[in-house]
Amino acid sequence: MERRTIFPGRLLPAALVAPQLLLTVVFFVWPALHACWMSLHSEDPFGLASVFVGFDNYAALFGDPLYIATVARTIVFCFAVASISMLVALPLAVFADADIRGRAVYRTLLIWPYAVAPALAAVLWILLVHPQIGLLGRPLDRLLSLAGGHWDYKLNGGQALLVVVLASAWKQVSYNFIFLLAGLQSIPRAVIEAAQVDGARGWRRFRTILLPLLSPTLFFLLIVNLVYAAFDTFGTIQAMTQGGPAQATQTLVVKVFRDGHDNGDLGSSSAQSVVLMLGVIALTAAQFRFLGRQRH
Amino acid sequence: MKRREVIAASAGLAVSGLFGTRSSAQSARTPIVWWHAMTAANAEQVNRVAADFNASQDRAEITAVYKGTYPDLLNATIAAFRAGQAPHVAQIFEVGTGSMLAAGKAVKQNWQLAQEAGVTIDPAQFVPAVRGYYSLPDGRLASMPFNSSTAVMWYNKDAFAAAGLDPEQPPATWPGLVSACAQLKAKNAIEVPMMTSWPSWIQFEQYSAIHDLPFATEADGFNGLGAELVFNSPAHARHLQRLMDMSRDGTFRYGGRGDAPENLFPAGTAAIMFESSGNRGLYSRTSKFRWGEAMLPFDPAVIAAPNNAIIGGASLWAMTAPNRTAEEYRAVGALMAFIAEPDQVALWHQKTGYIPTTEAGYELSRQQGWYEQNPGADIPIRQLTRGHVTDNSRGLRLGRLPEIRTILEEEIERALQGEQTAQAALDRAVERGNKVLRDFQRSVRA
Repeated sequence: MERRTIFPGRLLPAALVAPQLLLTVVFFVWPALHACWMSLHSEDPFGLASVFVGFDNYAALFGDPLYIATVARTIVFCFAVASISMLVALPLAVFADADIRGRAVYRTLLIWPYAVAPALAAVLWILLVHPQIGLLGRPLDRLLSLAGGHWDYKLNGGQALLVVVLASAWKQVSYNFIFLLAGLQSIPRAVIEAAQVDGARGWRRFRTILLPLLSPTLFFLLIVNLVYAAFDTFGTIQAMTQGGPAQATQTLVVKVFRDGHDNGDLGSSSAQSVVLMLGVIALTAAQFRFLGRQRH
Repeated sequence: MKRREVIAASAGLAVSGLFGTRSSAQSARTPIVWWHAMTAANAEQVNRVAADFNASQDRAEITAVYKGTYPDLLNATIAAFRAGQAPHVAQIFEVGTGSMLAAGKAVKQNWQLAQEAGVTIDPAQFVPAVRGYYSLPDGRLASMPFNSSTAVMWYNKDAFAAAGLDPEQPPATWPGLVSACAQLKAKNAIEVPMMTSWPSWIQFEQYSAIHDLPFATEADGFNGLGAELVFNSPAHARHLQRLMDMSRDGTFRYGGRGDAPENLFPAGTAAIMFESSGNRGLYSRTSKFRWGEAMLPFDPAVIAAPNNAIIGGASLWAMTAPNRTAEEYRAVGALMAFIAEPDQVALWHQKTGYIPTTEAGYELSRQQGWYEQNPGADIPIRQLTRGHVTDNSRGLRLGRLPEIRTILEEEIERALQGEQTAQAALDRAVERGNKVLRDFQRSVRA
């Protein structure tokens, strides 16, 4: 049954939605339009002179092999973060859903990392993995040097990418955990009990009952995690590697920030933002379509 | 606290702030705002300069405001200018100079400000390496020199002694340094023999200046926006190759960009650290061993006697805004003149470790016996004032230089990972950097 409130007239409802609409226009629509406008111009940082350049900024972007490499890297990064964080969160959620002693404590502890600010999380990770001062980094460096190698994420691109993927995924495990736990708890007990009576246990029960019933949650989380990895990992990456070494950990948002904030190249930075915006719109549309279809 | 209360409280703060400015305006002092990027002890000194200036006259009241790191500050200044709210004075880092010179009516260059304010700021009073960096080709000052440093070599005397090296004779040349590092490594005197902060600034920009090699054409960009990068010469490539060789045999470890590795020196991890001379205060507080400060080593194969090094740090720019009055500009001019007074220069130099920017301030520090009490504290200024300023040692005047630095460092990192040769790294950096320079040229001509 649906509950619906009907407001009389047009003025009152308009007045009630106006603040929200105003916020959306001022903080989302207007800056987005401004970015579109800037992406078609070449402008000096102080805004003293501006010239319309058409799609030059976009053409330069897609003609730049380093940008294409950044796009590819971002895709790899996003799927790595999303899959690692979900694969870690899933067993944790399944076990925390079981009837075990002190599960409230486990749940609370597992949700904690979500409250850690990205920059702070990055600092904690640096203290762990730094090759010279890190709690894990030092022994790891010594271990690898036995094999003639080095643990040095400040110079080794692959290691750097691994470190930022792990740090970013770690941050997201709690979030996935909450949703997966809620998803598991919403599965009717009767179904599980019926399966138990039929003799389905452990792995089989998980694979044939829980996983299919969790799939809408998993799909939702996949999209959310991809968006998280694409956007909200900026703080972590910026604090840990600033996109380096070389460009090994530079994702699209890091590049937007670098070009716009550090380099003052507003035209290119705006063009990159517009490309990113289109990506998010596509992801969100996919999510709405799929989840909308599921419900019917 | 509920959200509504938070909003109410912040509104209250805003209102009280409004009245705060009103009441100070009643005392007939012109309020002046100075944005800076100094932290810790150096921030205290900025506040001290502001307080001294306020006490020295009664027409203007200056407030110093910390606005974040140098890049943050530059961006905040640009954003504020675009909103018509630029601060009166902004402390802009030296590599932002090229961008600020293209800022047209957003700034009042120093010579113009002094003229309008009726104060005299004689360019000749500044030491040449400082003057050169911040002046126009005809000698007029574009911005006000404030905190200038240079790159030096910090070394751990205990580690030198442990390796059987003379702690009082740090290597003066690169070949000497390489063999010293090999000895530090062979004797296992320390974990890492050598590290460097600011790879582009120290190992390429400074290296070019002291060896009288061009970093870019057009006198390193001083003569025009058409400058092209040329730091891919054989001498530069040999230097990078040396760093790569040292990295391979473990005598050099790359520690990241900017000042990321700086704390590995006081921690006793690295025996030799290339860093800014402005780290003196930090290192004297945090190092638990005997340490020394030395000039940057040079290549005898490239130059017989090294030339002057170039500066780092920042200068003060007078910003414009709509409705800014002549009285406000006069106050800014007075502040700039005040900062260049010998006792202010000497005090700033001694309290922070930045170099004395004027000859008079240097002389005053000498008379006060500062260098006898602090051996080595004159190394930076001696390194900056030796030789003759040439087209290759005046400094760099390139637009979007911070971006070019990042590009160079990215390519160095790839070379150190063994993904490309030294020459290929520098060629690629030059090619990518030149594209940035052409973009900048186009955007300011627009």
